[in-house]
Amino acid sequence: MKFGIVVFPGTWSEKDTHHAVNGVLGQDAEYIWHGDEALDQYDAIVLPGGFSYGDFLRCGAIARFSPVMEAVRNFADKGGPVVGICNGFQVLCESGLLPGVLMRNDHLEFRCIWTDLKVENDTTMFTSTATKGQTLHIPMSHGEGNYQADEATIEKLEGNGQVVFRYADAAGNVTPEINPNGSINNIAGIINERGNVMGMMPHPEKASEKLIGGDDGNVIFKSMIENIVATLA
Amino acid sequence: MPVTQETLDEIALSRDEYEAIIDRLGREPEPLELGLFGALWSEHCGYKHTKALLRTLPSSSDRLLVAPGAENAGVVDLGDGLAVCFKIESHNHPSAVEPFEGAATGVGGIIRDIFAMGARPIALLNSLRFGQPDDARTRYLLNGVIGGISSYGNCIGIPDVGGEIFFSDTYKGNPLVNAMCVGLIENGKMASASAKEPGDLLMLVGADTGRDGIHGASGLASRSFEEQAEMRSAVQVGNPFLEKVLIEACIESLDLPGVVGLQDCGAAGITSAAIEMAERSGMGLKLTIDDVPRREEGMTPYEVMLSESQERMLLAVTHGMEGPVFDLFEKWDLDATVIGEFELGENVRIYDEGVEVSSTPVITLTDAPEYKFAGVKPQWLTDLQNADLSATPIPSESPSEILLKMLASPNIASRFPIYRQYDYHVQTNTVVEPGGDAAVLRLKGSKRGIAVSTDCNGRICYLDPEIGTAIAVAEACRNLSVTGALPVALTDGLNFGNPETPDVQFQLTESIAGMGRAADAFGIPIVSGNASLYNQSQGTDIFPTPIIGSLGLLKDVEKHVTAGFKSDGDVIIMLGADSAWDDIDGLAGSEYLDLIHGKVEGQPKLDMDLEIRTQAVCRDAIEKGLVKSGHDVSDGGLAVAITESAVIGGIGASITAAPGERWDAAMFGETQSRIIVSATSENLSEIEKLAQVSNVPMVALGTVGGESLSFGDSITLPLADADDAWKNGFSRATAD
Repeated sequence: MKFGIVVFPGTWSEKDTHHAVNGVLGQDAEYIWHGDEALDQYDAIVLPGGFSYGDFLRCGAIARFSPVMEAVRNFADKGGPVVGICNGFQVLCESGLLPGVLMRNDHLEFRCIWTDLKVENDTTMFTSTATKGQTLHIPMSHGEGNYQADEATIEKLEGNGQVVFRYADAAGNVTPEINPNGSINNIAGIINERGNVMGMMPHPEKASEKLIGGDDGNVIFKSMIENIVATLA
Repeated sequence: MPVTQETLDEIALSRDEYEAIIDRLGREPEPLELGLFGALWSEHCGYKHTKALLRTLPSSSDRLLVAPGAENAGVVDLGDGLAVCFKIESHNHPSAVEPFEGAATGVGGIIRDIFAMGARPIALLNSLRFGQPDDARTRYLLNGVIGGISSYGNCIGIPDVGGEIFFSDTYKGNPLVNAMCVGLIENGKMASASAKEPGDLLMLVGADTGRDGIHGASGLASRSFEEQAEMRSAVQVGNPFLEKVLIEACIESLDLPGVVGLQDCGAAGITSAAIEMAERSGMGLKLTIDDVPRREEGMTPYEVMLSESQERMLLAVTHGMEGPVFDLFEKWDLDATVIGEFELGENVRIYDEGVEVSSTPVITLTDAPEYKFAGVKPQWLTDLQNADLSATPIPSESPSEILLKMLASPNIASRFPIYRQYDYHVQTNTVVEPGGDAAVLRLKGSKRGIAVSTDCNGRICYLDPEIGTAIAVAEACRNLSVTGALPVALTDGLNFGNPETPDVQFQLTESIAGMGRAADAFGIPIVSGNASLYNQSQGTDIFPTPIIGSLGLLKDVEKHVTAGFKSDGDVIIMLGADSAWDDIDGLAGSEYLDLIHGKVEGQPKLDMDLEIRTQAVCRDAIEKGLVKSGHDVSDGGLAVAITESAVIGGIGASITAAPGERWDAAMFGETQSRIIVSATSENLSEIEKLAQVSNVPMVALGTVGGESLSFGDSITLPLADADDAWKNGFSRATAD
């Protein structure tokens, strides 16, 4: 299968994502420039981390107006798989492809730490190789990852199983103490109702090999590959 | 018209230097020219007080692909077709005036130095010094500097993998902010900061030029900023997003056939960058200064030439081949403008609106005066060195209480509260994260890896600049060796006081001599450097602080070890000493003496041969897979080193020997050349053999295991208590 990795000016996780899906997992992968509008040749789109357009104004607020985002929206509308990581998650929220917002971390500092993510839904195309309740050891690196939405939206997300990952301890306990940024209900990743667009703050592409601290991030890309290859067959 | 003292002060030139300019030009310089001289003859660009000394440093090695001095930094061969360049740069005075932007633009500046070589920046480190954190202004500076580094580094996508931070009142009001950047280059793809032939175009790319940072090099960096009531306008403002885009565009541009040279625009702006390019190319240069895109109207040629606006680079481009260069920069939404042309001749000729406003020989501008001096050892230093350390009173507190105090010292406690604000994972090469002795990075596409570290103990350098600087080199290398990496190159960041005083002249002379001696002993070159002088706080010169950046090579990165103890029952071994505990001499310049007794005194010592043999045995044992952990004994001595390995590994340790009557010197003495490793008991005899063959003393100290720490009959402490002191000490010491 072929991954398309969107590159905005200021994106910095595109090479790490390419390394994870191509270098480690052996899939085709190409970069998509922010001015490009043709996405038909890709089986899945990744919006990687970084500081798109410098994140001036507000994280992801300028990226949503780029030509490629119009194309991503069409791609998602047709059911194409899209995953937004960190800044990519922020862009998806700004674009309205996912509900809610990512506010400044509650302690007001940037945080680069390893997190343990409890898998809350293992039936999605992004988590099907995981097991519900399992934790994934994946680092985060952001100043604005404090997920918030209005009460009705949260209720809906929780009720529909749209909360995919929560910050937890290694044993899977979800506690306020372990919450690294103030996200409501320790939410680290969500999926849209249709199940083809996921956003998450931690970086699965930075956990792609044991040598660099762990390879739990591959669970997400492997799940995508398995499900997408199955539909292509 | 004779120049006024005020004008000379503004550009930090002395009356004698002004006379020398008249002598060389055969006439009075125009105001614009005086600005050029002020910038290029500043300490920051011209190295007036350090050039003669720096020339003595070792700069050759079989591994060097580009010699230091030929370009902005030397390039070191790593094998497998890979090469690396690295450099440290200071931004002390800007950070004292405006900590956030000062530190941020310091990071931005050193990154430009590295990608100007055609290298992709793969790691950042920073070496910081502040006054004691119980002072509110110091905390403001500390938070601003960390915020600035975090803001710039995180946005630009280069991992911040290490460095050091140290607190002492000597740096109060004059913090040191040194940033180091490491870049990776494919062997053979190095860029040169020069033009190829007359007719080559000089192109300015990146940001527009504004009025910010004028006199940054001459004013802020080259004299005591305390003289200046308000120099904030000389601090530039950084835009990491623009620099990120600039990195991608510039590295991409080097693949275009027309791009022959790349140079960063840093201190002293276009003046220094363009004129140094002309010098390196052995050509003249015609600059059409009115072509420089500006942020604001009404800027004079003087202001344009001396602006230090950030995120600008210069390209040398073959005449007629500039079309694709414009296209490439347009793709990245960056400005690119032809602002000059290299030509036959010796002069830099500056044109404004068709009129030649200055024509000066390049060599006259770049050949700054050189001040030579011989240092005389001051009596106060002899007195400090001769202090009777055995007169130090034994504390009334228990050894456990002292250990907990030491662990919680802002100079020893875990730096996690700082580095968790820096992205140290991006680029996915980080094998050993910050928090160990050195960071280890893998090199994609190769089995090899590199280790990087910075080191300098200003207290020790103050007590003996020669030995202290040799120790800084030894320790910067030891930090690499304890991971298994072979030291291959060094960079230096000299931070000293006012070089016009005899004491600082002595410190500079001795320090650089010590650096050269140590680098020679290790057989490795110093590939780049930076000098920041006039660092004074409340009228007193700072401790001499020659920060050493070190880079080591691991042939198989998988074989590295980390500082934490690993398994129950492992034997704890010390290499480099034959008895467990230190003696009274080890207290010289120690953290213990400063923290507990408020004293900085004694004579530091280093046995260089022992140091080199000990590091070699350590690397050998790691390479052979005999040891599971490696950690340097440094600040806080053996008790602190053992505790760190225990806390990092999350497992207790028990040391058998009793520390004796002078338990303080025994446990907290900082005698050099000592390394702690742990190994299974089966491997102990193999390690003994290695040590014996190399004539390196060693001693089995005790065992790993349990949930407490015990040091002979002196200390028994739950590991959790040590963990709390070490992990939370920094946040507690720096809380408002």
